[in-house]
Amino acid sequence: MSVTTMTQDLHQVRGLEVTDHPGPAPKRIVTAYGFWIFILSDMVMFSCFFAAFAVLSGETAGGPHGSELFNLKNVAIETGCLLLSSFTCGMASIAADVRNRLWFHVSMAVTCVLGLAFLFIEFREFADLVARGAGPSRSAFLSSFFTLVGCHGLHVSAGVLWLLTMMAQVFAKGFRADILRRILCFALFWHALDIIWVAVFSVVYLLGSAA
Amino acid sequence: MLGKLTWAAIPFDQPIPLVAGGVVLVAILAVLVWVVVKGHLPYLWDEWITSVDHKRIGVMYVLLASVMLLRGFSDAIMMRAQQAVAFQAPGFLPPEHYNQIFSAHGTIMIFFVAMPFVIGLMNLVVPLQLGVRDVAFPTLNSVGFWLTATGALLVNVSLVVGEFARTGWLPYPPLSELTYSPGVGVDYYLWSLEISGIGTLVAGINLVTTVLKIRTKGMNYLRMPMFCWTTLASNLLIIAAFPILTATLAMLILDRYLGFHFFTNEAGGNMMMFMNLIWAWGHPEVYILVLPAFGIFSEVVSTFSGKPLFGYRSMVLATMAICIISFMVWLHHFFTMGAGPDVNAIFGIASMIIAVPTGVKIYNWLFTMYGGRIRFSTPMLWSIGFMVTFIIGGLTGVLVAVPPADFLLHNSLFLVAHFHNVIIGGVLFGAFAGYTYWFPKAFGFKLHEGLGKAAFWFWLVGFYVAFFPLYAVGFLGMTRRMQHYDVAEWRPWLLLASVGAVLILIGIIFQIAQLVVSIRDREELRDHTGDPWDGRSLEWATSSPPPVFNFAVLPDVRGEDAYWAQKVRARQAGAAKSDIEYRPIEMPRNSPTGFVCAFFATVTGFALIWHIWWMVIAGLIGAFATFVVFAWRDHDEYEIPADEVARIDRENISERRDMISAAGSV
Repeated sequence: MSVTTMTQDLHQVRGLEVTDHPGPAPKRIVTAYGFWIFILSDMVMFSCFFAAFAVLSGETAGGPHGSELFNLKNVAIETGCLLLSSFTCGMASIAADVRNRLWFHVSMAVTCVLGLAFLFIEFREFADLVARGAGPSRSAFLSSFFTLVGCHGLHVSAGVLWLLTMMAQVFAKGFRADILRRILCFALFWHALDIIWVAVFSVVYLLGSAA
Repeated sequence: MLGKLTWAAIPFDQPIPLVAGGVVLVAILAVLVWVVVKGHLPYLWDEWITSVDHKRIGVMYVLLASVMLLRGFSDAIMMRAQQAVAFQAPGFLPPEHYNQIFSAHGTIMIFFVAMPFVIGLMNLVVPLQLGVRDVAFPTLNSVGFWLTATGALLVNVSLVVGEFARTGWLPYPPLSELTYSPGVGVDYYLWSLEISGIGTLVAGINLVTTVLKIRTKGMNYLRMPMFCWTTLASNLLIIAAFPILTATLAMLILDRYLGFHFFTNEAGGNMMMFMNLIWAWGHPEVYILVLPAFGIFSEVVSTFSGKPLFGYRSMVLATMAICIISFMVWLHHFFTMGAGPDVNAIFGIASMIIAVPTGVKIYNWLFTMYGGRIRFSTPMLWSIGFMVTFIIGGLTGVLVAVPPADFLLHNSLFLVAHFHNVIIGGVLFGAFAGYTYWFPKAFGFKLHEGLGKAAFWFWLVGFYVAFFPLYAVGFLGMTRRMQHYDVAEWRPWLLLASVGAVLILIGIIFQIAQLVVSIRDREELRDHTGDPWDGRSLEWATSSPPPVFNFAVLPDVRGEDAYWAQKVRARQAGAAKSDIEYRPIEMPRNSPTGFVCAFFATVTGFALIWHIWWMVIAGLIGAFATFVVFAWRDHDEYEIPADEVARIDRENISERRDMISAAGSV
């Protein structure tokens, strides 16, 4: 018996054998993994805007505080739209999994409408604030508010654009492997925006209204 | 129609940028004409510009870095010359121009020399070392490179159209706010870094996914070459740190463009928040640059000592420790902010602690050399030069990590000497070691040894002569970024420093000569075996340059130093096995997506700098359309038939077998 086999046997006896790495992962895993990492980096970016908001939320420069500006009813509707859209986005993923084009398109369309409703309410809130003289250049607090919430809004807008592109792709090409991978990434993105919104809702609107 | 852009943006009254810009423009046009007339355009387009091959992209990154090194170095020469003559005199550079030069020097050297150089080497080598055919996202990789090139292009356009920032390489507010920097200089800075920052993030995501998910069979984490580990650590830092840069610069953009108040003096803005945020990116950035260099030294020292790396696991641990601690030291860049003794003490201690894993690494390299049969080839010289130089730089770093000492040395030339000591001695020497070491792998022939050694010695001596006087004038109280001065004691040191800059210039000339001579004599320097240095890791297990698919059959790894083990087994068995069963290989198709996308990014960036809003919208629509067109593609892979794979591989195997049998059995 050679020395190597003897050591191998010893390792097996002691339960120490090294399991060999199986080799490169399949494409679906790789794509989703890379996209997860992108989402994490995006969350780091959001955390900077959250930090800036935390630092500057008291710096109203004699202007209005959050409690004088925020309309929680509006925010509740926004939150409802976004959380519901996450549900319908999940339905779209399930439809894609079972290769059901009709339900995929219906669910994506509803997701899109809910996303647009969210954006419409947010836009109205922003326009209203600016009209009342509480625009982003009024104070550092408002600068950080508009940036944080607006950055989330920009992400949702980009998400809607992506959503429409995915619907067009499925319409034109069907559920091809690469398109399914993109649908997976889109779903990750859309759900991640929900998580960010929950943080925005709590930190900006709930804590801000209490002050 | 054209926003703020008028003829007044071209500096007709300033001869230096105009002549420099003119010469560069003529050179670029001449190259373009030559390429078109000689009919090289289709080759360039098919084989390089649209290439999604990680090796090609890596080479283009390094090429970009090398060209920008010349630009950044000419800035350095001008600064040294200015300070040599500006004793009780205005010198030859007016203040507003001098300020642009030191700002451009720092920006270019960090973002467009150091970053692309290390990212290029990682791109070139890591998939080969992992024993695989490609990175995780080949097309995205190309997009990342071209966005980096866009950033570099915009910085250079500022030379002749408008101006560059006068704020230093980090645009501290309130100086960088619209009130004090009304011109487009800061905007050039902001948009080029936002765009190239996206490119860097893409590269980071790509390389992390590659290392974690795309490894050959048996390539367990603790069998990866050290360079793969440092690549992983460095790119994890990119993913966690670059979004901070993006966010911080976005806030400054909003301040400047839309009248926000993040960092302004009035309406509650907080400029110290900028320092905190920018250094929360900036300190990890230092390690983003130096960790890959540590990986290169690990490979080089082990190869040229003919021994496995000493303390492999402690090296992995040290790398990951640096990766984490690098996020806990940012405040040492502004101890003078007034955070108070307790905060300063904590960050001072953390800064000293991070020197510990670095010390572990130095000892590991020394013990790797100990008892080895050392070959003093050029890459090894750079590595030894690094060890000596970097230790000194590390020690002065521990010195400025002491808050009371930092209060004296803050913003002095001592600090300038310190960070050049670690960045030139660490990152740049590492990049040059990697360049010499992996050049034969990329191109199939070695670089000329004699000229390489000459370049090394001029760089090494030039570095010491240029920067050690700066430690002295720093102690004598000279602050950084002075356009002129009246203190007689500083003069001799500054004259000496300019001599050092000339020595480095000679070193660079030797490097250019080395490249030219090596290309001329490439047949004599040809690497027939794919393994010119008697290497240990898998990049040497394929031909030089490797075929597009890297490995005909993915290697099966059974331990550390995978290729070394293969060679030993082959010698014991007498010859390499030849009954390989070849299969057809699927490779990603080339795509102009990256280049087209960067074109639109350039248009958008330029339009944003000059407030040409219609062009911004056009650029963004173009970029979106590019992605849709890419997504509509029906075939993104092509197949290389098994016969072709077999033909390419057999050519390489026969020469390799000759080499192994010539080396005799072990």
